[in-house]
Amino acid sequence: MNIDFQERRIPIIKIRDYLIVSIQVDMHDKMAVQLQSQILHEIERTGAKGVLIDISVLEMVDSFIGRMLSGMASMASIMDAAVVIVGMQPAVAITLVELGLEMPGVNTALNMERGIELLEKMINDSL
Amino acid sequence: MHEIVSDKNWENLGQYPVQTEYDIVKVRQIVRSYAKETGMGIVEQTRITTAVSELFRNMYNYAGGGEVLIEKGQIEDHTALIITCIDQGPGIPDIERAMTDGFTTGMGMGYGLPGAKRLVDRFEIYSVVNKGTTVRVMKWR
Repeated sequence: MNIDFQERRIPIIKIRDYLIVSIQVDMHDKMAVQLQSQILHEIERTGAKGVLIDISVLEMVDSFIGRMLSGMASMASIMDAAVVIVGMQPAVAITLVELGLEMPGVNTALNMERGIELLEKMINDSL
Repeated sequence: MHEIVSDKNWENLGQYPVQTEYDIVKVRQIVRSYAKETGMGIVEQTRITTAVSELFRNMYNYAGGGEVLIEKGQIEDHTALIITCIDQGPGIPDIERAMTDGFTTGMGMGYGLPGAKRLVDRFEIYSVVNKGTTVRVMKWR
């Protein structure tokens, strides 16, 4: 098995005031850390008010990725952007709870549509 | 705590090094494919994959890497997937403490060992200071 992990980058798409990030690969640690700084950089560059991270194809979230996601949410919040994680698979949610990992400050929604609604609500409430 | 040995009746499915971050991803994907092949459902596949991911990262962070042995065998009437992680790292001086939620010595947050234990059906650990650590997990449901 020869997979070239280094070359892959996760695209960040901006739509109106939101950044949309869809994680489509099993991330290794450096990639997760790189994505974190990439998103923060994009928040700064675009002035986005919200970030939607779609993890619906992620087959597992271990403590490293979980911490990356909650760290991401706290950092974005300091930069005045809200973060919503959408599409977590039921098996992933079950495993995360059993693992004992808490993700403080992480907002979740069932799917993209509800995620956008939640972001809109969060942004309006903070105005 | 006793030394961890393999049963001769178990089928060896492969041995893989975990020396880099890419190996962590690659070998956990291999474990997942064997879990699927063994007939585990999606939740069980996710549990074992997440558990081994924590163990592989421990080896990578604390022992500079190690070897992973994947086996299949009968454990009390169950067809089990048996994953053994072997490293030649510094060892764990106080296993009881390392198995406590929230305990960590390094970059982790202490979910590694106790978290992994909760996700599997059987968990064994053997560690000798300055020699290394062997952790074996089994999953059958």
